[in-house]
Formats: sequence, structure tokens, C-alpha cells
Amino acid sequence: MQVATGKSVLNGIAIGKIKVYRAPKVEINADLIEDAETEAARFDNAREKAIEQQNTLYEKAVVDAGEDSAEVFSVHAMMLEDDDLIDATKEIILKQKHNAEYATKVAFDNQAKVFAEMDDPYMKERSADIYDIEQSVLNVLFGISPEAMQGTEPAILVARDLSPSETVRLDKSLLLGIITKEGSSNSHTAILARSMGIPALVQCAEASMDWDGKEGIIDCYNSCVYIDPAPDLQKSLKKRQDDDIKQKALLQELKGKDNTTIDGKTVKIYANIGGPSDIGLVQQNDAGGVGLFRSEFVYLNSKDYPTEEEQFQAYRHAVESLAPKQVIIRTCDIGADKQVDYMNMQKEDNPAMGCRAIRICLTRKDFFKTQLRALLRASSYGNLGIMFPMIISTRELRECRDLLKECTAELTEKNVKIGEYSVGVMIETPAAVMIADELAEECDFFSIGTNDLTQYTLAIDRQNAALDPFLNIHHPAILREIKMTVDAGHRHNTWVGICGELGADLTLTETFLRMGIDELSVNPVSVLPLRKTVRGLDLRNPQEERLY
Amino acid sequence: MKEINYTIQDPLGIHARPAGILVKTLKQYKSSVTIFKGDKSCDMKKLLALMGMGIKKDDNVTIKIEGEDEEKCAEELGKALKEMF
Repeated sequence: MQVATGKSVLNGIAIGKIKVYRAPKVEINADLIEDAETEAARFDNAREKAIEQQNTLYEKAVVDAGEDSAEVFSVHAMMLEDDDLIDATKEIILKQKHNAEYATKVAFDNQAKVFAEMDDPYMKERSADIYDIEQSVLNVLFGISPEAMQGTEPAILVARDLSPSETVRLDKSLLLGIITKEGSSNSHTAILARSMGIPALVQCAEASMDWDGKEGIIDCYNSCVYIDPAPDLQKSLKKRQDDDIKQKALLQELKGKDNTTIDGKTVKIYANIGGPSDIGLVQQNDAGGVGLFRSEFVYLNSKDYPTEEEQFQAYRHAVESLAPKQVIIRTCDIGADKQVDYMNMQKEDNPAMGCRAIRICLTRKDFFKTQLRALLRASSYGNLGIMFPMIISTRELRECRDLLKECTAELTEKNVKIGEYSVGVMIETPAAVMIADELAEECDFFSIGTNDLTQYTLAIDRQNAALDPFLNIHHPAILREIKMTVDAGHRHNTWVGICGELGADLTLTETFLRMGIDELSVNPVSVLPLRKTVRGLDLRNPQEERLY
Repeated sequence: MKEINYTIQDPLGIHARPAGILVKTLKQYKSSVTIFKGDKSCDMKKLLALMGMGIKKDDNVTIKIEGEDEEKCAEELGKALKEMF
């Protein structure tokens, strides 16, 4: 088995035989011709044929990839009608008596160079368009059909690079995936592959002609390709691919739809994420926002305390790329099962009940303020929520808010712009449930962390499998706590969500909706199954079984 | 002769597709259309030359239209500029 890496264009998996796509080889000589008029007419014919082809590709791309991605072909057609380009080519034929192929190459290459030398990155890239139309004209002149390069069996294509025209010409029913040695993830080809939903790996330097005919798997989740994959790897990736296909079907059915029950009750469905690399998943799964962005990644991926600037960049990226969707970032939740060396935490006998999350932050205020400043700075780039974990008293919440005020003053003094943001509390201890009314008066939202709430309510260590016989995750105590929190929140205009694992438990969705829960935040892949469940509920029917 | 002054609003400047549509529109008129940016100018009926001007957002351009149908051409061009750039 060989593993080669590249850059993924789209999350997905392709499994199949590899076919090396060789660009048609043409040899252009500088031979002179006698009948220049006929040769010029040959060029005109080829050019007109190429325009026709580009217009056909446009129509095909509109269907396969959508109007936006298809535009490139209508631009190609218009470029092929450019008087300067036609005149330049014909001049080489008529005055220098060169053959049409040679003239096309020289004149089009010159035009491509003009674009390549421009400062503007957008215009620079247009040189690729000129090379693309040059190839189309040459193919007609040489009588080459690029479609023939694809073969007749379904396959993963490996190529040095593919032009947009080549990509759209490919027969999609035979195209399992694309691997290119060159190309960038922002090229037209990459954009087309993405909108056609074809797993593609670009800049795969190790891609080799020797792969022709071998079995291969493109794993875009890990930006790599396996050649002659081991059987168990093949099996697990096949399963992942099947899941993807199911998810895609679900997406097709549910994308853009409301999370509304048959009788008209709507709930927000957000996603839980753990780092910047998950942002794409939020979009792909059509989540309404991020209900829990665990900020631990900035601490866990670092050898020393992450700086304000590092954190700001990470938060800004998340908030900005998802705007106007709401992104709720939970402040540092280090401690208990999540430790970092540089923080030099004292060893505790009972870390779950120990110095963790907000308790560390309120002990080490300078450390906490670094994060709060980074968050405040990010707030002007989108729709930010700041959420504090492990709150058990109004005093703690007030201290957090005071620190936010302090940080705001420090930033304002430096003329740093701060946007609007909301403040929330994670409800994950029985204490927080009991005082939910008081907490609700001083924050904008609650998010119930059912994992910790379960462990603290039932006094069951969730890591200890030996306790499984005693663990009932639907324990009425938990469900009543959720109901109490919802009611308390609503008495004070504070919306209430769930971001723990119970949120994705489809057997509880109806119960949560009846309680009046406002938001459910779940793993990105659970968003659509949850939407499907919500859309199938009718709360006018009596609930079959009351669970709490 | 007609003259139009315009400041480009589109974040991408005069980019390929709308430029192509504009060129197509202008080709229907007999008048000559020349676009000036600083000391550079080109025939606005030529797509690649127009793109080669590298006209960006906030650039100020002057366009001169001359010919028998200049009134109509200028009117159409003015509208197209506002819509697309």
C-alpha cells in the first residue's frame, strides 16, 4: 500500500480503479504553407467550432455545477470572438505564411503572457483561460477528442492538471474522483469539482503514471490517496463513503428547509465544533449556527500560553466565515479530563470536582482576560456569543461580566472596535439549575451541557464503564432539570438550548420540543437527521409516553 | 461626441463575464467607443484589451463615444455600467 498526500477540494471518498489521463500529445511545427487564405479559413472554422463547444460546455456545466461555476465557459466563448486575438493569429498565417496550429499557439500564448504579467491576481489567473481556449482550438485543428482520454470504465482520474474545459467534458457517470499533480484548491477546476460533488485531491506531488490500472482510494477527509489499500482500510473507508452518500441524500432532501414541526413549532438547530477545521462541516450540514465552539483547541494545540493575537485570529476566522450565523464560543474549559502541561495545574484527587473551567479562569484572571480580549475583538466580525462553563453562582457570572467590562475599557482605550455580542451560561451543574432564575436575569442565553449535568446529578463518572448498569441517560431527574431550566430562562426572556449529547438523541426530540427548548446544538453530522425528526413531529398529538 | 465619467464600484473591477456582455452590447452600435484610465486607453469593443487595462474598484474611467448612433450607445452604456460595475 502506498499513501500520497495532497490538498482536498471537497470532503468525500472515492474508491475505484485508477486511470491516468494523458493530455493529448500534439506536435506543432513552424512549417510554412502556400495557400494562406485557406489556412486562415481553417483557423476560423476551428475557432467557430471551439466557440460552439464552449457554449455546449456552458450548458452542461449549468446542469452539473450550477450557473456560477459555468460562467467560465461563456467567458471562453466571448474571448474566442475577440478581434485582437483573431487578427493576431491571422496575421501570422497571412503575413508570415505559418500553419494555423503554429499561429494559434504563438498568438494565444502571447495573450496568455499579457495576463500572466498583470499585477491583479484575478487577471493573472485569466491566462489559464487563454491556455484553455488555445487547447480547444488546437484540438479541433488536430481532430482530437479529449473525451477519449477518459476511457470507458468508471475510474479515478490522475492527471498532471485539468483545465476547466477538460473537467466539464468528462463523463460524470464514469468519474469517481480526480487527482492532479498540480492545480490549486481555488482553481476553476477545483471549483467545478466541488460543485459537481466529485472528491478531488490537488497538488498531489507524488501522483504517478505508474498508478494506471491500480486500485485506489481518495480520502479527502485526510487529504490523501491510498494506492493498493489494505483490505480493512478499504472496508472502513467504504463504510464512510456509504455514510456520506446517505448524508448527501438527506441533504438533498432537507437543505435550506426549516426545522419546523407539522404544527408549526420551530427550533434552532446548531452545530457543536472543536476547531477551525470543522467550520466547513457547519456549512455542509446546513446548521443554523454554532451552539458550542469549544475553545480548548487554542490551548491544547499549543506548547505555551496562546497569545491574544493567535486567539483573535482563530475566533475571527470562525465568526467571519460563518456570519451572519451565530457562533457561540465557550471560554476555556481546561481541567478535569483536559490538561495542558504549561499551565502547571496541581494534581487533584478528584479532578471532575476540582479546579476546572471558569474556576481556573477566575483564579488566573490575566490568563482569562487574554481570551476575553481576543473574543471581544472578534465580535465586530460577525454574530458572536460568549459562553461561560461550569458556573454555579451569580457571583461567578458577575465576575465574568466585570472582566468583560474591564477588557472592553482596555480595548476601547486603544481604539479597538468591539461589536455586539451576547453572553450565555452553560448549565451543567444541579446548582446552576436551582438558581437558573437568578442567572437568567443576568445573561442572554442558557446552554445545557447534559454530559456534565448527568454526571453531577447522578453522581456517576461517565468514564467508568463498570457503572453502566446504574446509568440511565434518560433519568427523570435530568429531564426535570432541563424542564426547570427552560421555564426559568423563559421567565426572564433568556433563550435555552442544549449542547450536550442528549440534544442529538432523537428519542428525546419530541420531549424537548414540548418543554419549549429553543435550540439544539449537535454534532454537524447530526443536524440533518435531527431536522428530519423535527419535521416529522406533530405536537398536537398527545405524547405517547411521558418520560419525566 | 459623447463622454461618460464613471467610478468603478464592483469589488472585482472590470472582470471577465460582465466585460464580455458589455462588449457584446457595444458591438451592436456603429459608434467608436474608447475607454481611458490615466494615460492608458483602448477600444472598448475588444474584450481582451479591455480586461488588459486592469481596471479595479474605485478607478475613475472616461469613455468617449463617437458616431452616428452615439446618443443611444451612450445611454445604453451608462445603464450597463451602473448595473454591472
